[in-house]
Amino acid sequence: MSAPSATPLLAIRGLRASYGKVEALKGVDLVIKPGEIVTLIGANGAGKSTLMMTIFGKPRARAGQIEFDGRDITGAATHDIARMRIAQSPEGRRIFPRMSVAENLQMGADATNSNDADRTVSLERVLTLFPRLKERMTQRGGTLSGGEQQMLAIGRALMSRPRLLMLDEPSLGLAPLIARQIFDAIRILNREDGLTVLVVEQNANHALRLAHRGYVMVNGLITLSGTGTELLARPEIRAAYLEGGRKT
Amino acid sequence: MGPDVAAPAPNQQPAMRGPGIAFILKKSFISAFVALILFSLMIGIRTLPSESGQLTYITRFPQLAAMVAIVFGGSIIVELLRQWWGPVDTLRIVPPQVQTGLGIARRLLAPMLLIFTFLVPVIFYDQRYILDLAILVLTYVMLGWGLNVVVGLAGLLDLGYVAFYAVGAYSYALLATTFGLGFWECLPLAGLLAACWGVMLGFPVLRLRGDYLAIVTLAFGEIIRLVIINWQSLTGGPNGISGIPRPTFFGIPLTPGENGLAAKLGIDFSPTHRIVFLFYVILALALLTNWVTIRLRRLPIGRAWEALREDEVACRALGINTTTTKLTAFATGAMFGGFAGAFFATRQGFISPESFTFQESALVLAIVVLGGMGSQLGVALSALAMIGGFELFRGFDQYRMLVFGIAMVLLMIWRPRGLIGHRAPSVFLEQSRAISSDLVKEGHG
Ligand SMILES: Nc1ncnc2c1ncn2[C@@H]1O[C@H](COP(=O)(O)OP(=O)(O)O)[C@@H](O)[C@H]1O
Ligand SMILES: [Mg+2]
Repeated sequence: MSAPSATPLLAIRGLRASYGKVEALKGVDLVIKPGEIVTLIGANGAGKSTLMMTIFGKPRARAGQIEFDGRDITGAATHDIARMRIAQSPEGRRIFPRMSVAENLQMGADATNSNDADRTVSLERVLTLFPRLKERMTQRGGTLSGGEQQMLAIGRALMSRPRLLMLDEPSLGLAPLIARQIFDAIRILNREDGLTVLVVEQNANHALRLAHRGYVMVNGLITLSGTGTELLARPEIRAAYLEGGRKT
Repeated sequence: MGPDVAAPAPNQQPAMRGPGIAFILKKSFISAFVALILFSLMIGIRTLPSESGQLTYITRFPQLAAMVAIVFGGSIIVELLRQWWGPVDTLRIVPPQVQTGLGIARRLLAPMLLIFTFLVPVIFYDQRYILDLAILVLTYVMLGWGLNVVVGLAGLLDLGYVAFYAVGAYSYALLATTFGLGFWECLPLAGLLAACWGVMLGFPVLRLRGDYLAIVTLAFGEIIRLVIINWQSLTGGPNGISGIPRPTFFGIPLTPGENGLAAKLGIDFSPTHRIVFLFYVILALALLTNWVTIRLRRLPIGRAWEALREDEVACRALGINTTTTKLTAFATGAMFGGFAGAFFATRQGFISPESFTFQESALVLAIVVLGGMGSQLGVALSALAMIGGFELFRGFDQYRMLVFGIAMVLLMIWRPRGLIGHRAPSVFLEQSRAISSDLVKEGHG
């Protein structure tokens, strides 16, 4: 695990966020360095998705600070954050079902106003990464299989040429073999393109093997962090997230 | 392919035949029961003033029973019809030759229709009635295309579209009668003002979706109408505005006198000239609407509208600015409504609040929904069918609405997604791919 120890790409300090009166993040600290794959694991309802969405500006941070590449982005508008080239593939994939695969991919590039040349380059990259999408460019998104939809969701996020890619439960509802393909693609993106990735997962085993470092979230707080191998070795992690047990 | 988990495909219904008799009977019983509850007070009991002046009631159980029986029987028929046709998505076994034939016919339909429309004033030059009807149809085609941007593309249910039609009409009428401006100067102003109102409606409803949005837009339409009725000093209230100038041929009036267009061209004056001119004006305006919409659909903003209709959360996750996306959709749709309103004012020469009731909004919305929510050709066809059909059934008098309603119900059963329900892609890769996808679509709807 040779994560470069440069200045962090993303630094989160004391982040709090809530839905009405329900506090979902209760002071989260998290750091992602350039070129790292970081995973965030935790049970259902721990606040993982909320953290990802708060980084993206909605819900707004109640307290704390989010810094991206040295710039404070706390409270910035979602579309401005996207323009700093942070991209996300949201939970449940959320591709556009009636639009074609090609249109779905274009949507990913639209928000960042990328020019035609950039679009062509990113499209090329997405299609070499997921050749299956190439055969289905004119097919409607809703007619894809679950695995293909996940590839499309990641591809769509990649179209904006992100510096930080955030994936919310990319293996959700996928057969193990397909989930492996998705994780392989993330590994390739990280190794070949130097892409920094934050992967939110319930599938801790896969995620911790993939990631350089991991964070464990329980009820809106980070309770543990360490390298992937360290966390995998810890008995409490094994008990809670690996051997079927699902404890909060 | 591997042991992949099949994704839920929202738009792809499995091709199965309809359920059995038990299901139909159950459904019909439920419909009949609802009818019984609804009609028990509406039909079953009737209040009458008695001789002493007090209110009494009589019961009308036979009528009630008849009504419920009709609902029951009708429900069975509708269900059977639905099974007989099958939903539009079912794979029908059609020989490939017929399929390609249909494909060609479909591709030729739009150009043929356009050519025919251009020739309408030539073919029907002597038939004033048909020319007037054609102008009316084109006005609704334009309104339909305008509303299509908001409802069909952006998926924002707008029940108050007539407000922008009214703003356009009154803008032109007031600018022309008070400042003496001509139609062509006022047209962009009317569009601009309507677009401003579109943004003004857009702001408060940014967070609303579906039913809530529909209610607020409905109210907005009514508010505009009530303001027009009550602001007597400006709008003339219920009396409306008359003496609105007719359009000129770029400054040359279409009148009989010395300066008229006919005299300048050295031909005999005929009142039909103006009708023909109006016909081509609205045709040009409608085609402009269509062209702009088609162009916008291929740009990021148009794609964002469609994405917004599909999934707003996903749009936000991609960093699409949903606020500007919604506001531009409202503004663009409103602008076209404003253009159409200005045209309406100059054609009528007289406007009053009566022309801008909720019925108009409902009619335009029906045109868009029937046309297939987003399909330009579908909207044009359904405007033709609705407005033309309405005229066709003029002889039926009070049954007109009934015939109309039945026709619409049948159409929605036969084609639940509207006349032209499939969506044409806006991103093209290579010609060959685009065509092959078209063929695929012929297959599954
Ligand atoms: N839109 C929402 N409105 C209200 N509460 C929410 C909303 N989304 C999530 N929550 C609550 O916030 C907490 C964290 O949820 P979430 O971030 O989705 O967890 P995770 O992704 O780890 O499963 C949960 O208690 C959940 O019920
Ligand atoms: Mg989640």
